[in-house]
Amino acid sequence: MTTGGAAEQFIRVAAETTEAAPSPSIHVGQAMRRKEDPRLITGKGSYVEDINLTGQLWAAWVRSPEAHARIVSIDASAARARKGVHAVYTHEDLDIEASLPMIWVPPEIEVKTPHHPVLAKDEVNHVGDPVALVIGDDRYAVIDAVEDIVVEYDPLEVVVDPEKALEEGSPLVHEQLGTNKVCEWSLGGGDLEAGFAEADVVIERRIVNHRMAGAAIEPRGVLAEFRADRLTVWSSTQVPHFLRLFLSILLGVTEDKVRVIAPEVGGGFGSKLQVYAEEIGCAWASMKLGRPIKWIETRTEGFMVTHHGRDQIDTIRVGAKRDGTLTAWHAKIIADLGAYQMLLTPAIPPSSAFVMCGVYKTPAVQTDIVMVMTNKFGTDAIRGAGRPEATHMIEVTMDQVAHELGMDPLELRRKNFIPPFSNGHETPIGVTYDSGNYGGALDKLLEHIDPADVRREAEALRKRGVYRGIGFSTYTEICGNAPSRVIGPKGFGLQGGGWESATVRVHASGAVTLYTGTSPHGQGHETGFAQIVADRLGIDPAQVDVIHGDTATGPFGLDTYGSRSLSVGGEAAARAATKVAGKARQIVAHQLEAAPEDIELHEGRFSVRGSPDKGMTLPEVAGAAYVPDNLPEGMEPGLDEQSFYDPENFVFPFGAHACVVDVDAETGKVSVVRWVAVDDCGPAINPMLIDGQVHGGITHGIGQALYERIHYDESGQLVTGTFVDYALATAAELPSYETDRTETPSPVNSLRVKGVGEAGTIAASPAVVNAVIDALRPLGVDYINMPLTPMRVWEAIHEANGGVRA
Amino acid sequence: MSKTVPVHLRVNGVEHQLDAEPRLLLVHALRDHLGLTGTHVGCDTSNCGACTVHFNGQPVKSCTVLAVQADGVEVTTIEGMAKDGELHPLQEAFWNDHGLQCGYCTPGMIMAAAGLLERNPNPSEHEVRHALEGNLCRCTGYHNIVKAVLDAAKTKGATVSAQREVSA
Ligand code: FES
Ligand code: FES
Repeated sequence: MTTGGAAEQFIRVAAETTEAAPSPSIHVGQAMRRKEDPRLITGKGSYVEDINLTGQLWAAWVRSPEAHARIVSIDASAARARKGVHAVYTHEDLDIEASLPMIWVPPEIEVKTPHHPVLAKDEVNHVGDPVALVIGDDRYAVIDAVEDIVVEYDPLEVVVDPEKALEEGSPLVHEQLGTNKVCEWSLGGGDLEAGFAEADVVIERRIVNHRMAGAAIEPRGVLAEFRADRLTVWSSTQVPHFLRLFLSILLGVTEDKVRVIAPEVGGGFGSKLQVYAEEIGCAWASMKLGRPIKWIETRTEGFMVTHHGRDQIDTIRVGAKRDGTLTAWHAKIIADLGAYQMLLTPAIPPSSAFVMCGVYKTPAVQTDIVMVMTNKFGTDAIRGAGRPEATHMIEVTMDQVAHELGMDPLELRRKNFIPPFSNGHETPIGVTYDSGNYGGALDKLLEHIDPADVRREAEALRKRGVYRGIGFSTYTEICGNAPSRVIGPKGFGLQGGGWESATVRVHASGAVTLYTGTSPHGQGHETGFAQIVADRLGIDPAQVDVIHGDTATGPFGLDTYGSRSLSVGGEAAARAATKVAGKARQIVAHQLEAAPEDIELHEGRFSVRGSPDKGMTLPEVAGAAYVPDNLPEGMEPGLDEQSFYDPENFVFPFGAHACVVDVDAETGKVSVVRWVAVDDCGPAINPMLIDGQVHGGITHGIGQALYERIHYDESGQLVTGTFVDYALATAAELPSYETDRTETPSPVNSLRVKGVGEAGTIAASPAVVNAVIDALRPLGVDYINMPLTPMRVWEAIHEANGGVRA
Repeated sequence: MSKTVPVHLRVNGVEHQLDAEPRLLLVHALRDHLGLTGTHVGCDTSNCGACTVHFNGQPVKSCTVLAVQADGVEVTTIEGMAKDGELHPLQEAFWNDHGLQCGYCTPGMIMAAAGLLERNPNPSEHEVRHALEGNLCRCTGYHNIVKAVLDAAKTKGATVSAQREVSA
């Protein structure tokens, strides 16, 4: 099996050791309640839709009802004639030549990428493809006008099944590319053939990891204003800095004249890690008309044209010896990218490959990916982005292997766990894990739940037709995106870096502002980052104001995704604060005639070691820094420091989850009755925030396993385009979760932390599937694909019993 | 645009008079006409509950009500929950228990939960979970929301309905 050029470029990274943070942890580690909440619980948050500008107009989009068609004609005369309509634009009106961006250019691999226009030119390629942009006085007027626009389509053949799209003679999504295949990409290491040769059993499974949505409860929205040669765009985005750059490139306004503000953002989960047609189109219209333009996505639009995630057909082969020793893994992935490649679309499936070793010491691991286009909307990063797919494959298959060998699934896992390590473990595929103790996390999990108890309960319940099962998942994942030389142009091929910035500004009064280049949307950075900075400056987190999501306020940043904010952005904040503290020490030493090494933080003061009464508070130091009549020789005034931090490696959180389900054999309904999770993301900055991330993450994974599915029918119509059909779990379907932690420090950063935003999602779906299969084994069911809807479970039960489908 | 009709709204104890299209949704009247942007819109099918307000003390989805239907009704929004600088016990509990992350579902959750506590001052976990069935949250997995509602129920005063507070 060959490895692609990009894979070879995936540099082996040694874990770096950094000195521990010098300041005492007073606020770090505390479950401090959030600084962002008072405004949010009183209705005072400002999301994009809450912001209105004088003279603003509203935008709405005419969208294709066809999955694939030629545009014959567009008649907008009736709409243009309506009172309250200012303009209707079609492709011809837009003088935007560049394509919407896609930023993955892997060395030595051609990624077939269609031009992606803001408004469809001649042809539509998925349902929802925007055909015209209407601008009018208010939100109701533009929707009326959209209804008045008549577009004539000449339907083309549609392909929605990625396997069919790869067949000879398949309809082509983009005729001019001559193929639906985007690229092939591989990553592997170890001797796969030898691995399978020495295996006593080889198991193969076809695992469908279906398409799902981010489904943030706040829809997307844009407000764009072009005034006095400056473009300001408020957007519900995770990536204001990316957006500024691409607005500048696409619209020809220099970056210094573009400001992007991500105000309060109501959730993202990857779906707002994108540069969308609507953002560019509204900004363009604001320049054209000289009026602020506002667009708020409807939920129906959200399901159609906010990017989806997952959508892989995975064929996994695994070899094991009779005693359970794993000898080889081989994953073949067909990734359905949809009709257009968006910002990171083809870069997502490779993330599966990076964690295909899981937490096991398998000597040979290979992942081969084929990416393909279909007449659906684009896929891109959705919570976990490639790692949930890999973990699902690995952990579901582990249970299948255990069953085949007649082994306990946990015993099989323990037999193959990579032993504990604290400073780098190199996997056969060249990815170096930072630190891990997988057995430790499982031990901790089993302190909370005893599988034997569940089995006893299961027996009692079976008499009532209820089948109880337990499923596990022991995972690691790769996050904290990250080292520029690994992910960048010469490495993996992203046309960007992976660093993060922070500025710590101590004002003359001693008040402190932290500017972070990350852009949170619910994670609680204002609190967690304030805790980090406060400890380094001897102040209370309440005194640290955290500013984010506004490109005009701080240095360039790389925003929030890939569970990177804390381990990259938080570390940058820590480093900037440490620089400020260093300067403060010098000032204090100078003023108090002591050596800088002898100045320590003690009860909120920079004081001389051994004489705590001799010292200065931060406001006193700030006063000295800004009224610089007594600074050390050669020192510049001011107390304002910046850090650009580019980590040496990713971080690899891990953990062990257990799920208990009850299956009603009559109806096929699955209920999650218990969830126990032990996650390890290094030492906690704020354990309450970690729990919150884990709860939400698990729920996302349960959602995919049981309820949620973006489903297109054969003609490319989106069948699950509202919350009526796309079922998010409600409180009534879920149990309360039992969470615990182990804390294995990361050697990569001084905070010792790893990310946790996606971990729960990455862990969750295989635990559910394993639990359901465990429950149904007495009925002869060995395997089912997600989503485990009642119908699918019922069918599986009946098929296993030789029954006839209803 | 169709012709407008006069609508009289009483929101959080304050009277408003507006001329509105008959099709204007209550949620848009609150947000666009009265500037009460704490009430959010998360869907177009009455599923998410982000728009929940109280209609004579009862939680309703304000995206499913026309402004004209609210004529003469006592409407309470999230902005009307804190009184004299004191947070409503539910607001306090959501804060203490990390019952919110992005905060978008939160106003609707709090209004729906206030309706529950009015009907049932001492709900079980099961009852809380079922009462919030019409409100979607993508961030929290509901764990801390449920905890917050149970904690608020234990707090004295949580059961005072928003309506009574307004008229007090
Ligand atoms: S906005 Fe979703 S229910 Fe009202
Ligand atoms: S807190 Fe984000 S949707 Fe509930």
